[in-house]
Amino acid sequence: MTTATYHAPASLSEALGLLAAHPGAQVLAGGTDLIVQVRAGRAAPSAFIDIKTIAGLTGVRRSGEGFAIGAATPCTALLKDAALCAAWPGVVEAANLIGSVQVRNRATMGGNLCNASPAADSVPALIAAGATCLIAGPQGEREVAVTDLPQGPGRVALQPGELIVELRLPARPMGGGDAYLRGIPRSEMDIAVAGAGVALVLGADGLCTAARVALGAVAPTALLVPEAGAALVGTRIDDAALTRMAAAAQAACKPIDDKRGTAVYRIHMAGVLARRAALIARDRAENNA
Amino acid sequence: MSKVLIATKINGEAHEFACEPSASLLDALRDDLRLTGTKEGCGSGDCGACTVTLDGEMVCACLVLAPEVAGRQVGTVEGIAEDGALHPLQAKFLEHAALQCGFCTPGFLVAAKNLLDRNPDPSEHEVRFWLAGNLCRCTGYDKIVRAVLDAAAELRQERAGA
Repeated sequence: MTTATYHAPASLSEALGLLAAHPGAQVLAGGTDLIVQVRAGRAAPSAFIDIKTIAGLTGVRRSGEGFAIGAATPCTALLKDAALCAAWPGVVEAANLIGSVQVRNRATMGGNLCNASPAADSVPALIAAGATCLIAGPQGEREVAVTDLPQGPGRVALQPGELIVELRLPARPMGGGDAYLRGIPRSEMDIAVAGAGVALVLGADGLCTAARVALGAVAPTALLVPEAGAALVGTRIDDAALTRMAAAAQAACKPIDDKRGTAVYRIHMAGVLARRAALIARDRAENNA
Repeated sequence: MSKVLIATKINGEAHEFACEPSASLLDALRDDLRLTGTKEGCGSGDCGACTVTLDGEMVCACLVLAPEVAGRQVGTVEGIAEDGALHPLQAKFLEHAALQCGFCTPGFLVAAKNLLDRNPDPSEHEVRFWLAGNLCRCTGYDKIVRAVLDAAAELRQERAGA
């Protein structure tokens, strides 16, 4: 298909060296986006740098009070980590809505982020959870909020020679809960028409003390909507608060019309999904109080 | 571009093949190893016709680069029958007429076996979701789902009797 070479580095420093030595190289994680793009002629890397062979870039580990998910960890591997599933079920569920089992066994968390589809399912869930990513490159390492990485369809704020090492999730706060929902016309194997991730915290008195609402597929990048989160804070996530939250979410949408849905439908669905996700997150938070 | 030599295990047997570094596992299986049971449908991970297992996890062979399988275990539809005897899944696909043109069948068999290997008693719901990444444009799926459930029941009986 191309004349690209294939490299399987054993360490992060080797991978960074290969990226520096091969201008036009692309990082290969699960390949479920990159290989499709290469076959379609939309990408023509000079080399594939496979990061799955690097120890530490696959798998979930405890990191302080929270979690570190290796950038090359496939979506299905998250399901095997009981502590992660208990702490951030919305993130795990979002990653396991993507594609089919075949695809999720390959598709990675770092790849879903770097492919920078506005409709990437894991990204709103990660943003709602307050995730960051650790980036390594020629200048060393830096940590960036997931919400700051996507710059537009197919574009992320990575410099040449940089790659994502891991995604970091904080410890789930006491009384915290999260959820992600997406709308698609069928039950599997489709791309979100709209998606909503919600993470919130309930205090001992049942009042919401913090909330983050993020939307997918309704703008060029996944959106964090602070006004939507603020509409829940100080409330019992009652109907009036949910209505204000959904309205704030809808007000932030800047979607396109395409074959998957009209802009009007996407805006409507963003509010519906945010509301439903907030209710699931509230139930989970009550169980974690 | 010079070819690279890859050593791997396919259906438990050691194999070596030479391929372009950017060749897919699907191309290597079909063109270099002449294991043509694995089919190419869409070439983009949507149809599941090229489903194989890689270290026991099912993947689309079209979305795996051939050099990635060096030193690993690949399972294809050719490895499902044992000693020339059809696997119960294969027999039930025939019995239930769970195929018409047959092009999607190898992918369905590999995916269904991967499910039954980890869950011997799946619900119809679980079967349908597990097989969501395999497309069939002939049967309408119902016969496939029934064949998988029937094969699961037979395998449970075999195990109980063993």
